[in-house]
Amino acid sequence: MLLGRVIGKVIATMKNASLDGQRLLIVQPLDRHGREKGKPLVALDSVGAGAGETVYWCRGREASLPFLPNEVPTEATVVGIVDSVNVPVDESKA
Amino acid sequence: MLIGRVIGDVVATQKAPSHEGRKILVVQPLNLDGSDRGEAVLALDAVDAGIGERVLLSTEGYSAMTAVGRPNSPIDMAVIGVIDSIDLVQGTL
Repeated sequence: MLLGRVIGKVIATMKNASLDGQRLLIVQPLDRHGREKGKPLVALDSVGAGAGETVYWCRGREASLPFLPNEVPTEATVVGIVDSVNVPVDESKA
Repeated sequence: MLIGRVIGDVVATQKAPSHEGRKILVVQPLNLDGSDRGEAVLALDAVDAGIGERVLLSTEGYSAMTAVGRPNSPIDMAVIGVIDSIDLVQGTL
């Protein structure tokens, strides 16, 4: 999973029937310091996340599993709303 | 699987029900020389790893969700081992 921030949403009236009722969010991936990293992407929402919230999101086939038994065509889904990120020391350079 | 170091954790109250009761760790993947390999990722904890520990990181869904014991759940990364040591034969890499 990766950190991200919800920066918008996509409205699409005409879409695959399996996507009916799903919210399409625009997510900006973040690094561990909360800085923007990489380009924004569209992800489904499974937790009721809203604009401006820090979230974590899942990639790949697993992204469709929150919606079981529905088979939803998605490769990225927001699966949690982040309350806080605790990275005490930057040990990556140690 | 990748080698990584646990550098922190994340608190999330509202999340996928299958993530309840498992720590969400911030893991920095590492190269064999100990340098950073790409960006830090979030992985569910399957072995009770702690901050600062060098760990084995599964980066594929099936193995990750199996290790965490939550099949059919949205988990694409998990910490599945705490590394004691790594032996490298010089010159074979």
